[in-house]
Amino acid sequence: MDALDLARLQFGVTTVYHFLFVPLTIGLAPLVAIMQTIWHRTGDERWFRMTKFFGKLLLINFAIGVVTGLVQEFQFGMNWSEYSRFVGDVFGAPLAIEGLAAFFVESTFLGLWIFGWDRLPRVIHLACIWAVAAATWASAYFILAANSFMQHPVGVRFNPETGRAELESIWALLTNNTTLAAFPHTVFGSLLVGGTFVAGIATWWMVRKAQKGDETEARTWRTAVHLGLAAVLIAGVGVAVSGDWQARLMFQQQPMKMAAAEALCETEAGPGFSVFAIGDLENRCDVKQITIPGVTAWMATGDPGATLEGVRELQDQYTAKYGPGDYVPILPITYWSFRLMIGFGALSAALAVAGLWLTRKGRLPKQEWLAKLALLAIPAPFLANTFGWIFTEMGRQPWVVVPNPTGVDGVWLLTADGVSGNPAWMVALSLVTFTVVYGALAVVWFKLMRRYAAQGLPDEKPADPLGDDEDAPLAFAY
Amino acid sequence: MDLPVVWFLLIALLWTGYLVLEGFDFGVGMLLPVLDRDRDGRHDDRRRRLLINSIGPVWDGNEVWLIVAGGATFAAFPEWYATLFSGFYLPLLLILVALILRGVAFEWRGKVDDPRWRARADAAIIIGSYVPALLWGVAFANIVRGVAIDENKQFTGTLFDLLNPYALLGGLTTVTLFALHGAVFLALKTAGEVREDAGRLAERLAVPTLVVAGAFAVWTQLAHGKAWTWIPVAVAALSLVAVVGATRRRFEGRAFALTTVTIVAAVVLIFGALFPNVMPSTTDPAFSLTIDNASSTPYTLKVMTWVAVGLTPFVLLYQGWTYWVFRKRLTVEAIGPNAGLKPVVRQR
Ligand code: HDD
Ligand code: HEM
Ligand code: HEM
Repeated sequence: MDALDLARLQFGVTTVYHFLFVPLTIGLAPLVAIMQTIWHRTGDERWFRMTKFFGKLLLINFAIGVVTGLVQEFQFGMNWSEYSRFVGDVFGAPLAIEGLAAFFVESTFLGLWIFGWDRLPRVIHLACIWAVAAATWASAYFILAANSFMQHPVGVRFNPETGRAELESIWALLTNNTTLAAFPHTVFGSLLVGGTFVAGIATWWMVRKAQKGDETEARTWRTAVHLGLAAVLIAGVGVAVSGDWQARLMFQQQPMKMAAAEALCETEAGPGFSVFAIGDLENRCDVKQITIPGVTAWMATGDPGATLEGVRELQDQYTAKYGPGDYVPILPITYWSFRLMIGFGALSAALAVAGLWLTRKGRLPKQEWLAKLALLAIPAPFLANTFGWIFTEMGRQPWVVVPNPTGVDGVWLLTADGVSGNPAWMVALSLVTFTVVYGALAVVWFKLMRRYAAQGLPDEKPADPLGDDEDAPLAFAY
Repeated sequence: MDLPVVWFLLIALLWTGYLVLEGFDFGVGMLLPVLDRDRDGRHDDRRRRLLINSIGPVWDGNEVWLIVAGGATFAAFPEWYATLFSGFYLPLLLILVALILRGVAFEWRGKVDDPRWRARADAAIIIGSYVPALLWGVAFANIVRGVAIDENKQFTGTLFDLLNPYALLGGLTTVTLFALHGAVFLALKTAGEVREDAGRLAERLAVPTLVVAGAFAVWTQLAHGKAWTWIPVAVAALSLVAVVGATRRRFEGRAFALTTVTIVAAVVLIFGALFPNVMPSTTDPAFSLTIDNASSTPYTLKVMTWVAVGLTPFVLLYQGWTYWVFRKRLTVEAIGPNAGLKPVVRQR
């Protein structure tokens, strides 16, 4: 493998890893904030205990999200210096704004929330967790604006003198329609993770407590189950609606990605959505597929009879325009990751409906299989998110900045031209280092999460914040 | 003033924020194995937790100064960002690994009530504080000194070129200075025995720091300085001399203000010596990265200026407020019993 392949692999490994924890933070933070708000409003101590329980899990997760983000920030310079030179004028801005507008808020108010339990007045303490939640969304917005620029460069012009992309309008960059679609999609995708996480753990506990005949505790957990399931349902609808919008944009902006998502080889009128394919996807055209007629054409354009260009024709167009080269992403990966994203997401939503049915009208189910299934459901939306990104990023290949067919001319860069000049061994060393460190951390993360989840609700009582007892031990302290 | 100069100053400001703030939390991390000893010289976990909790609410916010400095360099000086981080690849890798382990160790240390677990977390905190404290000094010294850069703005040196005596002295300077800054911070933030011990340690660290940092400052000035940069050299030296007196007399607030001034003066010296370059080339001065040939377009710089001017005051306000909320001196008594889970006992 050369430095380019290694750098790509490293970006994939570190970013997919970062985005395992990120959606849980984005999805769980508002749910914890809601729990604390309910406690604050009703004074019901069950919600206090719930806040503490899920708050602790949030913190364990947050730590790893933060430290893996550090690598992301510097990796562009380390491995993609030529890319950084080419787009720095445009791409650096959202990254810097993300730090100033989001990360400062996130980290500072999280510190206040962790250590402020009995130092801050309750309303202010509550405001802190909301500030954290809002900042996670803000950070998602700005980083997606950066990423969307790579999918669909806008607000920019090419300067032939310097050979670099230059920012023309920050407003156009921040209101890129690709960003406006990707943001709700990612946030809802994250809420799906957070909701499933809360519902999954709470269901397990509800069944356990119901089996033991502890009805009060079982009911406490049931309220959390419903909070989680509600989030899942809202998120499920949100992901589908925003995803549909994204598909339409993708058809205009990255037709090759759309064709690759469907492994649509020849240009076709009214192509169907292929549910499953066997055979040789790489050289498809003789694969056996099960397709739902018209669906793909409808997803892409809103018209089931529309004509979509196939991979071959697009390849010819690209060659004519950008010179000889291979402009087709790896089809089996785009094809399957797209399906797995939707599939795992749909699975979560289906389980949520089942969960609501089983707990309807105050029921407290006791089935052992339900407890098990609830836990098994937790990874599904994580996987959906991962496959979503793998699809988006791999489908972008071989470009790192895709040419914009509907606007700006000249701003595009092949991934192969973006890489730093460092020797392969150096990249290999950092790839191995990060993989080993990340692997070890994942094991610890998983064990900690599992053990804390298995602890159940704490028996704590809320302390009086500004009481005389100034020397009370610091709650939540390290 | 033209915008690239403004951004040169703003980046200096961001690094100042980072080094002043994370400087003391690196210091606390490095001093962990020293200041956690009770009067009988035994390591005491409660004292250790007191030390860690003294920076608990703020260390992450401090680290974001680094992230913003990185992001701002990307936005304002893309060529600098590209050459610097691809060139200083291996040191940066070490820094990142150190910061990763240190960060999770803070957050996870108290989650399991097991001495072995804690020992591992403590090792991560201690090493994770030393490594970046050392390497940031090495990196900045090399930036000022200049490195091999070719006409394509590519770093052509090796790791060993970065480990020259001047740069190593730079690294030693940041380590001693941050240790002192951390000791002074602890004397200011704690009460009881820890406060006394931190005060005594600060007093002992003050003179060696003065010697090391003074030597580095003078070397920097003689080799790379300009006439006016004698001012930051003098300020740094005088404030360190004053720190010696202040730590002797246990003027804790004053000592902390003075170590802060020293760090600020050091950044002024480094950036002053650098100007108008951002990364001088030792291969040929014509290949140097300068604030003009490395910067973004005026439009980007203008946008970023508005963003920085609009947001930084709020950052200062709420970060300042955090320090106010947690202004009370910490005592060992305020550290509750370890709330972590009991270790899993493996049955054979
Ligand atoms: C859609 C959301 C999203 C995406 C695509 C990314 N991140 Fe991220 N990132 C977050 C959402 C997020 C977050 C939710 O805001 C995190 C996770 C946990 C946390 O503390 O903040 C975070 C943490 C985080 C941090 C640490 C912040 C701190 O210390 O508080 C940095 C430096 C980055 N990220 C940088 C990046 C970069 C350069 C990315 C692109 C390659 C990236 N992230 C992808
Ligand atoms: C967190 C969600 C993300 C995931 C899971 C993800 C995943 C990936 C993967 C798998 C690759 C490797 C593709 C390949 O080599 O074929 C990649 C490459 C890359 N991604 Fe992303 N990505 C994410 C977000 C981002 C964001 C937000 C940005 C920019 C701000 C970005 C910029 C890049 C760059 C520069 C590369 C390297 C060039 C390349 O190989 O295409 N990614 N990403
Ligand atoms: C009906 C279901 C869905 C549809 C139609 C859909 C559609 C899409 C499309 C078209 C893209 C690519 C955007 C681009 O490359 O320009 C995408 C990306 C993505 N999807 Fe989905 N999706 C669905 C469900 C889900 C679910 C359930 C999740 C996660 C829980 C998810 C997570 C993601 C992520 C993280 C990305 C990459 C980031 C982005 O571009 O927003 N998607 N989705």
